[in-house]
This record gives sequence, C-alpha cells and structure tokens, in this order.
Amino acid sequence: MNRILATLIATTLFAGTAQAAKDSIILGMPLEPPMLDPTAGAAAAIKEVTYANIFQGLTRINDKGEVASQLAKSWTISGDGLTYTFALQSGVKFHDGTPFDCAIVKFTYERAVAADSTNSQKGFFEPISSTACPDPLTAVITLKRPTGGFLFNMGSGDAVMMAPNSVANNKTNPVGTGPFVFKRWVKGDRVEMERNPAYWGPAPKIASATFRFIADPSAATAAVMAGDLDAYPLFPAPESLDRIRTDKRFSVVLGSTQGKTIMSINNERAPFNDVRVRRALAHAIDRDALLSALNGTGKPIGSHFVPGNPGYIDLTGAYPYDPAKALKLLAEAGVKPGTEMTIKLPPPAYARRGGEVIAAMLEQVGIKAKLVPVEWAQWLDQVFKQSDFDLTIIAHVEPNDLDIYARDKYYFNYKDASYRAIYQKWVETSDPAARIDLVGQLQRKLSEDEPNVFLFSLGKTGVWNAKLNGLWVNQPIFNNDLSGVFWSE
Amino acid sequence: MKGFVIRRLVGLLLTLLAASLVVFAVLQILPGDPATLMLDTSARPDTLAALRKQLGLDQPAWWRYLIWIGGLLRGDFGVSYTYSVPVSELIAQRVQVTVPLAVMSICLSTSIAIPVGVLAAARRGRPADAAVMGLAQFGVALPNFWLGILLILVFAVAYPVLPAGGFAGWEKGFWPAFRCLILPAFALALPQAAILSRVTRSAVLETLGQDYVRTAHAKGLSGIAALWRHAVPNALIPVVTIIGLQFSFLLAGTVIIENVFTLPGLGRLVFQAIAQRDLIVVQDLVVLLAGSVILVNFLVDLAYLGLDPRISREGAR
Repeated sequence: MNRILATLIATTLFAGTAQAAKDSIILGMPLEPPMLDPTAGAAAAIKEVTYANIFQGLTRINDKGEVASQLAKSWTISGDGLTYTFALQSGVKFHDGTPFDCAIVKFTYERAVAADSTNSQKGFFEPISSTACPDPLTAVITLKRPTGGFLFNMGSGDAVMMAPNSVANNKTNPVGTGPFVFKRWVKGDRVEMERNPAYWGPAPKIASATFRFIADPSAATAAVMAGDLDAYPLFPAPESLDRIRTDKRFSVVLGSTQGKTIMSINNERAPFNDVRVRRALAHAIDRDALLSALNGTGKPIGSHFVPGNPGYIDLTGAYPYDPAKALKLLAEAGVKPGTEMTIKLPPPAYARRGGEVIAAMLEQVGIKAKLVPVEWAQWLDQVFKQSDFDLTIIAHVEPNDLDIYARDKYYFNYKDASYRAIYQKWVETSDPAARIDLVGQLQRKLSEDEPNVFLFSLGKTGVWNAKLNGLWVNQPIFNNDLSGVFWSE
Repeated sequence: MKGFVIRRLVGLLLTLLAASLVVFAVLQILPGDPATLMLDTSARPDTLAALRKQLGLDQPAWWRYLIWIGGLLRGDFGVSYTYSVPVSELIAQRVQVTVPLAVMSICLSTSIAIPVGVLAAARRGRPADAAVMGLAQFGVALPNFWLGILLILVFAVAYPVLPAGGFAGWEKGFWPAFRCLILPAFALALPQAAILSRVTRSAVLETLGQDYVRTAHAKGLSGIAALWRHAVPNALIPVVTIIGLQFSFLLAGTVIIENVFTLPGLGRLVFQAIAQRDLIVVQDLVVLLAGSVILVNFLVDLAYLGLDPRISREGAR
C-alpha cells in the first residue's frame, strides 16, 4: 500500500516538473478521424489532424481565410483565366524521402479526378483539363473553363499533395511534406506526431503533438480542468465556460467558423413551395433569442454566407422578428392556424435544443411543429439523400458553398434559373472586384427567395492553456495548424 | 459430464449463428449507409458509387452475409469500413482495455460484496447489517455513469491523483496503464457490488437457517467456523449465478463507462461503429460479445458442477 502511495505521489510530482520546460502539446478534439487521408473522406476530423501539419497543398488557406502560398511559392494566371503556372518550392521532400516535384502535382490531381476517386470534393478538380510539367519545379495547369475559386479550392485539405509510393497507406500511415511526421495512432484514443527534422520551411517550435478524442462534454471539461489537455480548440461544453473563465490557467477564445446554421426547407413540398410561407417562417424566428438560448457565440445571418468573408453583406434586416407579419403572410398563403410541420433534428445541440426553441416560436404564429430527433446516419439517409422532410436544422460548414443552391439535385430542392445564371458568372470570373459584386448578388437573391431560413453563423469556442500561443482564433477551414504554436515563459 | 459439455457447445454455436443472422438483418433495415456517412454532405453520385463499390456494398445482402460468415469461420473478421484496417487488429487493440477493466471490476465487486454480504448476514438485525444494507440500497440506485463523473470530479479535478480519462497504453509500463483503469473499474464495480452483497446476504441467511448449520453448531463448531465452512459454501450457487449474469451487464456498462472515461475499449468501439455505420465492425463485435456472454454462462454451469456435486450426478444419470 505504501509503495502504491509512493508511486502515486511520484507520478503526480513528475507530471508537475514535466510541465516547466514544455515543447509538446496535447489537443482535445470532439471526434476521432475515421482515417488520416484527407483526400479520401469528408470527415472534418481528418483535416483537423492532418491539414498543414502532415499534408500540404500547392496553396493553403491562412488564418484569415485567404489564399497563401505553400508548396507553390508563386503563380501566374493567364489573361483568359484558363492557365495557371505554379513555381514550386525546391528541396521539398516527403517524410519518407520522396522528392516533391511537378510529377507529384500531376499524380495528385489526376488521382482526385479519376473514375474510381473517392475524393469528397471531386468537383474541385473537375475543371482541370490537364497538368503539364515543362520542368520539375514548374506545374502548368490548364482549365476547361475559368474557375474563380480554383486557388482557394487547391488550398483545401482535399487537394493536398500525395506521393504515388505512399498514397495507398495514407489512411493509416500518412506521409506528407508537412512540418510534422506521423508517429502513431492509438485508435479510439489519440494520434501522435513529431517535428519533421528535414522540414523544408521554418522548423516548428514544438517538438511533438498529440490529438486526443474526447466527445463527451463533461469528460472534455474534466480533462481540461485536470490539465490532461493543453488545448481544446472546438470546446464542446458551452455550459462549463463560466467555470473555466474564472480559472487563470486557461484562455477562453471566441472566434468564428464557416458554419451557416439554417433551418432547411423542402422547397418542393406544399406549402413550402410558396415563397410567402418561407418568408413567414423567417419572420417568425427571433434569432437573438435563439442564440442566447443556445449559449451560442455566433452571429445572426441573413443569407448563406458568414460575416468576415470577403464580399459578405449584412442582410439580417430583411426578415426581422415579427410574428404579426408572419401570421399575415401565412394567412395570405392559405396556411391555416394549427397546421402541422415536422422538423427533423440531427444530434448537435444547435439542432436538438434549437429545435425546441424554434418550435415554441412557431407556435406563436399558429404552426404546430412536430420535433423528430434523428441520428446522423438517419439524417443523411432520410433528409439528405431522399429529401424526405418538411424542415430540418443543420449547419453547413464548408466555406463558399454557394454552389449547393445551383445544383440540379440537392436535398432542399431549390431550383431557380436566375440564381444559377449569377452563380455561373461568379464561378467563371477571376477578377476579385467583380467576384465581390457577384457574391453580393448571390446573397441578395437567396435572401429574397429565402429557400431556407438563415439563422446564425456557428461560433468557435477555443479553450487553451494561457501560456500557449499561436493557435487559430477563427476556423476559416477545418484545421489545427500547429506550425506556429509555441509556449511562452 | 462429457455429454453435457458437448450439448452446451452445440447450443453455443447455434446461438452464435442465430445472433449473427439477427444482427445482420437488423443492420440491413437500419437506415443509413456507410458510404454516405463517409462522404458526408458534399458527396456527389459518382464518388458515392465508386466508394460503395470499393466497400463491396454494391453486392446483394445475402451474398455479403455469406462472405462475412465464411470469413468468420476462417477466422477472418473483415476490414473496417471507416478505419480501413482489419477488424481483428482493432479488436486486439481494444481487448487490452476492456478485458483488464472487466476483470478488475469483477474482482473488485466480488471482493467487496462477498465479505460485506456475509458480515451483514452474520450480524443480521444489528446496526452493522442496517448500515451495510442501507449503503447497498443506495449503491443499487446509483447509475454507473453518474458515479464515473463524480469520481472524475473528486479524484482527477479536485484532487488530481488519477487521470480524468484516456488510456496510456500497456507499452508505457504497467502502472501508467493501470492507473487509467482504477476509476472506471470502481465506477463499474460499486453498483454491481451493491447488488451482489444483497444477494450474498440473503443466500447466506437462508443457509444459516438450514439443519446442517444447526448440526454444525451442535457438534461444537464456533459461530464463525460454522458460517464459513458450512453456510457460505452452500450459499455460493446463487452468488455465482448473479456474478455470471452481472458479466453481461458489465459488458453493457463498459459501453457507457468507456465513453465517460474516453477509454479506447470494445464498448466505445461498438458505440462509434454504430454511429458511423461501420456495419462489419458492429456485426463482428455483437457476435463476439454474444459469444463471450454464452461462454461465461457455460463456465457458470461448469462451476455449479464443482460447487454442488449433486448436479453432475443427476447429469450423468
């Protein structure tokens, strides 16, 4: 018994001294990635572990959401917007020693667009007509048509560079060009990585990083409070924040994401095919009250675009909270008081708790909302795949995903020729000023038609050790870029 | 005796086959498709079709069942959809957490419950009995996840002597791994110990009233000797039955406790696999868990033979 006690004390003491000269970091994440190849699955967790740490692309997205250089040090675009010439970084090697050159670029992009590709963003690569290599450090990419978002898309986690000799094992043993080398993955618990001694860029300041997967909000709170974690960038327990804020060991940092929380509407179903009904729903919801009921840190939105993005316009005034007006619009559209509508609610709190708040608000305008909780797999099957729903609450988290309103078949069934025409023009325009104007037109058009009720942007609550620096405040894309992280003191 | 064992083994195999059919059928009906989940909301029809083909989901259900069962018979558990590694590898990693945890909790609950139950029976009606049974009543009502959170708050947050969750791994040495299992084992064991001590108490009380115990007293054995030599051994059959039953509750409990303590064990794996629609992992695990429950019941039956010679004599007749 004494031995056990002694060991107990020794381990606790040892843990205490180890903290003084720290060059490692342990991060908490809500979900475990199913695999570690960001080009083979859509799960955000894959990118949250590997993006910018293990894998890198030609371009990258920085913490402001802008396109920056990475494996391509510079590029030129031809006048017709069809030819992109990338000058590649020299001396870059994959973790297994494979040199990075234009052949890798060609391999990566051709693999992504191949018939058997399972890249979840295959559409990003579809405009590419050819990749040519005039010399090993120059990649010339020719597009089928001008594509304004091309550089942004090539900076996403879906477009990172992979070598032919390691690609088959990247799901379990990722080999990239990044500042950290994959060490091991204890499935169900953590992924470990170490500083890449042969990194081509400035060496990262921390020597090793561990990502731990803790989904349960109370377990996450306990792990942070106990000091088991140094940071939890997407902290899942808003109800514990007050307690953590009073503790000087931690910083609580509020930021933004690209998540657009919306109440999606099945635009094909009566009575929702009547724009007056959709507008009535928009007037019936008090977004500020909803946000505060959810302890939400986001901001109300008026279209499918979040504040902070280039070209964002504030349309939150289009449908102010006005139950009387909602009642009037519903009456005009012939929707009788007591009409029943179902809202399918996937598991996240914004949907489950938000659904209850919204149901109460809809009751004020005579709508009986029936809440149907569904698990994520069911949501994807019934709502997303089969469009079998009236209303649902969901956050669309991909950046710049205005294309979903222009698709032939997408679950909320919005079909509008004039929207598609503006969208097409936006896609094909590369001039930044013209793009800003067009993206404004797209937002206005969506606000006018209100295919979905736009609720609020999804905030990001980061909790980390007060001595830790360099973690991103906002999350313009899924990532936990550790290349700039360091401990102060 | 031999016939008994063979009959039970055949029954075991048939039960497993039935379990495999049921779980496969249920997973077919369950809405949700693994490929859709992996590609999420950005999936396009052609990518989805390519992935379904890669996973073998384009084959008819009966064919997939046969492939799966055929593989199981050869000892091949298949490849996880989400993790893309052999399921046997996943299970081998997870067993290192769940089996020690289950063994620790069973040992802990029995070593608490049996002495406590016997003590309560021996001191029937006295303050010690009332105190112990009052505590047990409280313990029965405790949900294990709540107890788990409470233990974390006390021993990891307020007095940080043990980790709040996670698992260091046995390769880091015995103690670093073992200390991760202490709180979860207590969270699992205490509610079970409460039930078991009540069962022990009433079983011992019953045997204490039997003629042979009175005879033991009459031939001059002390109260304690009569209790431990005659009353307790004869009370063990119901106790062992309950321990066997508790084993299946323990497996269910690990699903919850492993989530509370974020332990990478079998329970958490099955939970994640269901949410991810990693069908092949769910199928394998359900068959494996069903198999271990059946096996434990079988061991309990064998234990009866040892505990009560009358059973094997009747079986042989």
